Amino acid sequence: MASVEIRDVRKSFGATAIIHGVTVPIADGEFVVLVGPSGCGKSTLLRMIAGLENITGGEIAIGNRVVNNVPPKERDIAMVFQNYALYPHMTVAANMGFSLQLRNAPQAEIDTKVKRAAEILNLTALLDRFPRQLSGGQRQRVAMGRAIVRDPQVFLFDEPLSNLDAKLRVAMRTEIKELHQRLKTTTVYVTHDQIEAMTMADKIVVMHDGIVEQMGAPLDLYDNPANMFVAGFIGSPAMNFLRGKVDGQSFVLEGGARLPLGAAPAASDGKPAVYGIRPEHFLIDNEAGAEAEVVVVEPTGSEIQVVAKLDGQEVIAVFRERHNFKPGDRIRLGTDRRVTHLFDAESGKTLPRH
Amino acid sequence: MADAAIARTTAAPGEPSTWERLKVNRNWLGLWFMLPAMAFLVLFLVYPLGKGLWMSFTDARIGREGRFVGLENFEWLIEDRDFVRALIFTIVFTFVASVVKFAIGLYLALLLNNNLPFKAFIRSVVLIPFIVPTVLSAVAFWWIFDTQFSVITWGLVKLGLLDRGSPINWMGDPFMAQCVVIFANIWRGIPFIAITLLAGLQTVSPSLYEAATLDGATKWQNFRYVTYPLLTPIIAVVMTFSVLFTFTDFQLIWAMTRGGPVNATHLMATLSYQRGILGGNLGEGAAIAISMVPFLLAAILFSWFGLQRRKWQQGENND
Repeated sequence: MASVEIRDVRKSFGATAIIHGVTVPIADGEFVVLVGPSGCGKSTLLRMIAGLENITGGEIAIGNRVVNNVPPKERDIAMVFQNYALYPHMTVAANMGFSLQLRNAPQAEIDTKVKRAAEILNLTALLDRFPRQLSGGQRQRVAMGRAIVRDPQVFLFDEPLSNLDAKLRVAMRTEIKELHQRLKTTTVYVTHDQIEAMTMADKIVVMHDGIVEQMGAPLDLYDNPANMFVAGFIGSPAMNFLRGKVDGQSFVLEGGARLPLGAAPAASDGKPAVYGIRPEHFLIDNEAGAEAEVVVVEPTGSEIQVVAKLDGQEVIAVFRERHNFKPGDRIRLGTDRRVTHLFDAESGKTLPRH
Repeated sequence: MADAAIARTTAAPGEPSTWERLKVNRNWLGLWFMLPAMAFLVLFLVYPLGKGLWMSFTDARIGREGRFVGLENFEWLIEDRDFVRALIFTIVFTFVASVVKFAIGLYLALLLNNNLPFKAFIRSVVLIPFIVPTVLSAVAFWWIFDTQFSVITWGLVKLGLLDRGSPINWMGDPFMAQCVVIFANIWRGIPFIAITLLAGLQTVSPSLYEAATLDGATKWQNFRYVTYPLLTPIIAVVMTFSVLFTFTDFQLIWAMTRGGPVNATHLMATLSYQRGILGGNLGEGAAIAISMVPFLLAAILFSWFGLQRRKWQQGENND
């Protein structure tokens, strides 16, 4: 096991810069998730750690050794690919033992290690099958088995669950997390799915357009997003953003409706700003709430999602209680002032609170 | 599903007659749908082959229906030195040309699979030998290797490597001529193999190479353990075709040497044509052509087993 240091790493393909100076410290044994929309550079960053892409600028160190010019096979890392990349002409056992076979390990050692990995992943019964004869989830496990057998310093996962159906994805999520708790190997995991990031990570790194927007513990990012991008990216349904301006202890929307505000920076009084409120932080407030018109009601069983027009802007509110709203109904929405967010209208950065 | 549905509808109105059952029998209908294609096959494949086989057992000549002579034609051929020579040369020709074509074709395919500048242009250039009409390229080779006017001889003389007085007797020397026709066949056959294998290479997912690289494979091990095994099915197909085409080659030889000098470059196909059509001994020509069949059958059987779906290709695809 080892720590991984990513220091001011840059990447360009020809004249196109993809990653503009990214610094991420990864502690020994940590489970770090790189998350961001497609094209944000997260996979490229992972491939640079693996050694599949050259590093244009900056440094990557694995266990205090700078690996910029170390070939992939000497970096002591194992990678799980999005499409699993299982060798179709090899059995499960051969797939898992291939790296050891290339290292000329004795057959007995290969067998022991493969057997042990197979036991961890419940693959023992499938060792003689070929990848084509396996289901998606089983293939995913074989891909992980191939990584485990190598007992590497670092596990790299490149969107490993995106080819699975929704139910299996949830199950595999738990399985990967359990595996990490058991093996405690440093893990870098790339995904575009913020739920995966939230549920699995010790530390989330939110990337966007080749820079790190914010990094931190999952709930920390959820509660204290540094800017509108992170606020909107983490959480589902996404945070509502409403335009308007600060007026003392409340926020005045463009149409005049007022929403309560926690402590606000005095200096921002009167300036255009963006009010952020998560769907679950809306509440029905028949006395002081702002009037809104119900547009769509989506019950999910555990909760009700209500799309409503508030002061001309569409918002999503989520209620755990069962309200019997109908489209066209007028409701009064209030917010819990302790969990509101305020962003600068121009830069999108979170405005500091007192 | 469909079978079950059909079975239910026919079972419904009590006891259906044989004819009614036949009307909805998929196999019976299938037979009728196959008939037009079968007619074509019989007309253009089975009839000529049968006719050829029959003629090989007769002493037919041009303008005269033959009498049945049994295996007499074949008995003569075994003692015919030209035939035995053509048979041996055909086998050597096929073997050497196929091996070299495969090696160079695979190498070219691997090269072309890399990211090269002007990739599309180079790939189409590679196809040129395959596109040029065979006779045209044969004539070109004929000139290149002409004993008097050979451009190679001229070049060697100009470079001072060869004495003007003793030019290389390319097409006059039996061994040289054999090498030349093999060379020409290789030149013509490479593009087919290279382009087909290239198509096969492009179906191999790049992430497999990346996975193997991370697993510690060198370039050679990448080829040996990933590329080559994944390519075997397509290699089996392409080499079967290549062997069949090479074994039955006619145009190239006929345009370049007509089997000469002293029958050294006769393939069975050219010898058969010379004896049967030019010499008028249809029965004997047919017998030579029919003697090729066992070899071709062997090649087909070989590929039949080579082409059997390997175990790793079987099984349900759950994607």
